[in-house]
Amino acid sequence: MTEEREGRVALRIKSAEIAVAALFLMAGVLVMYDSVRLGATWGDDGPKPGYFPFYIGLIMTVAAVMNLARGFMIPADKNPPFVLAGQLEMVLTVLVPAAVYAAAIGWIGIYVASILFIAFFMRWLGKFAWWKVAAVSAGTAVALFLIFERWFLVPLPKGPIEAFLGLN
Amino acid sequence: MAEIQALAGGFAVALTLTNLLLMFTGVILGVIIGVLPGLGGANGVAILLPLTFSMAQTPGGATSAIILLSCIYWGALFGGAITSILFNIPGEPWSVATTFDGYPLAQQGRAGNALTAAFTSSFIGALVAVILITFLSPVIANFALEFGPPEFFAVYFLTFCAFIGTSKEPAFKTLASMMLGFALAAVGTDPVTGTLRLTFGSTKLLTGFDFLVAVIGLFGIGEILLTLEEGLAFRGAKAKLNMRVVLETWKELPRYWLTSLRSSAVGCFMGIVPGGATPASFMSYGVARRFSPDGDKFGSGMVEGVVAPETAAHAAGTSALLPMITLGVPGSPTAAVLLGGLMIWGLQPGPLLFVEKPDFVWGLIASMYLGNIAGLVVVLTCVPLFAAILRVPFSVIAPIIVVVCAIGAYTVHNAIFDVWMMVVFGVMGYAFKKLQYPLAPLVLAIVLGDAAEASFRQAMLVSLGDMTIFFSNKLVGFLTTVALVLLLWPSVTWLLGKARAR
Repeated sequence: MTEEREGRVALRIKSAEIAVAALFLMAGVLVMYDSVRLGATWGDDGPKPGYFPFYIGLIMTVAAVMNLARGFMIPADKNPPFVLAGQLEMVLTVLVPAAVYAAAIGWIGIYVASILFIAFFMRWLGKFAWWKVAAVSAGTAVALFLIFERWFLVPLPKGPIEAFLGLN
Repeated sequence: MAEIQALAGGFAVALTLTNLLLMFTGVILGVIIGVLPGLGGANGVAILLPLTFSMAQTPGGATSAIILLSCIYWGALFGGAITSILFNIPGEPWSVATTFDGYPLAQQGRAGNALTAAFTSSFIGALVAVILITFLSPVIANFALEFGPPEFFAVYFLTFCAFIGTSKEPAFKTLASMMLGFALAAVGTDPVTGTLRLTFGSTKLLTGFDFLVAVIGLFGIGEILLTLEEGLAFRGAKAKLNMRVVLETWKELPRYWLTSLRSSAVGCFMGIVPGGATPASFMSYGVARRFSPDGDKFGSGMVEGVVAPETAAHAAGTSALLPMITLGVPGSPTAAVLLGGLMIWGLQPGPLLFVEKPDFVWGLIASMYLGNIAGLVVVLTCVPLFAAILRVPFSVIAPIIVVVCAIGAYTVHNAIFDVWMMVVFGVMGYAFKKLQYPLAPLVLAIVLGDAAEASFRQAMLVSLGDMTIFFSNKLVGFLTTVALVLLLWPSVTWLLGKARAR
């Protein structure tokens, strides 16, 4: 990885501000839409279910419009980077495995997923020796198993391997 | 002095072997949480909250559970200072101001003095706040017994307007963030009519968003992403803390009594009004610099520059529990998580708690005294141990923290969907932090959303939709007026700024 590539700007503040404000705007409109569907007015027996959320959505929409306008008004010469390419790469190296990990929990259980996740991280980013990788990842899983399943009696999701070992 | 008597009763509740053990466990866990990047008071308590579910079911267990959780909070408050002074990395946002003078002191080889000063002043700040809680909370609770729905809504309204009036983030961003919290709170079943709201046909959203999952994602995963971006090079000063240095620093500290007093006052005020520990620490650092005879030397390693922010941060962090136990309105995200814990254990926070569960309330208050003493002892004796945690490479710590966060999110409702939500909230926390959308009002709105809506709708039912009910008597009128002033404060300063520029 060269210095130049790391320092390249991946996204500037202006674009990020506009994107986030636009998402807020969409959320605000969505809340108002659903509130109107439920009835945002005064019913026979008091305020209808959409009464309170409607105003929440309205205020959110107004605030989002203001933030959007302020985002558009950021001048080009005062537009610092939101994230550099190197930084984004670092963030994604955690975020993507974390998302895969979250998805894998339902499938192979939290213990096996955790072992794989920690092992992947230590080996790929930390370049640790395999025996250290194995010790830390397996050790963590065993510790978690003892703390949650044995001492606090909180069952965590398990997969086929635990079933095979008869740990359910 | 009814308070003293009640407090003595509280000590009787708190001073059991189990509770003392939980206190030390909580403090040690809390310091570790405070030292680790990505784990802080709010999400640390949120992750451990599910472990107390079964504990709180036993008789007297709710008191033990709150002692454990609140001690984690005290520990986290203490722990933030360690990383700020030794590594120049604030473990918690409220320790940022501590780095200004703490890290230079460490570089000059006076880390021990800086740490002792930080821990001692944290303790003093907390002590002042706890004394305030002891004597003020029964008064406020008693007063609040008369509150009806309009008064409660006015208090909620005041809380949220205070965020807009006092936050240093842009007002419209604070507003947007807060409203998002309210909208997330509204998802699921309408508490009054049972109608499904904002679920869009998804069965996963029936129960709504749990704020614990939001806290774990926003503060935990979000913080990890931010830390990674900085690129992690922990290069810290050596931590040595022996009795000689401690005593030497304690001899020096009485000189700064005025700074301590001022900082405690700033902290208590900012904690009760939901400003929180972070602005309190900055404000108090600024005030100390202005009033100190050595003000121009601040930033080059002055002990006084450590005393001021630490006293204020701890005073604010502690006094944030005052509105939580008396009114059911938390003053900080961590207080909000503790409040959520109370509700999950089946306790209704608010003025009635003092009448119905005096053992619980006074046990908690007594544990604040004891927990902070425990905290001081633990941090003064175990600093090198905690500093060693930071020498563990980040490529080992980061995945373990993610795993712990995931388990915390899962155990809230035993739902894997919540783990996915945690990742989504993590990305949100990362983007919001970078764009100055404040997270505290978002979290508080998720926690208080349903209660605020219920009190609003009840008030509207009483008045048949007439908004003037919020001005119908002196008290509610006063609260509403103060809230409106705070709400409009940013526009006033903006207009003043415009006028001055002309």
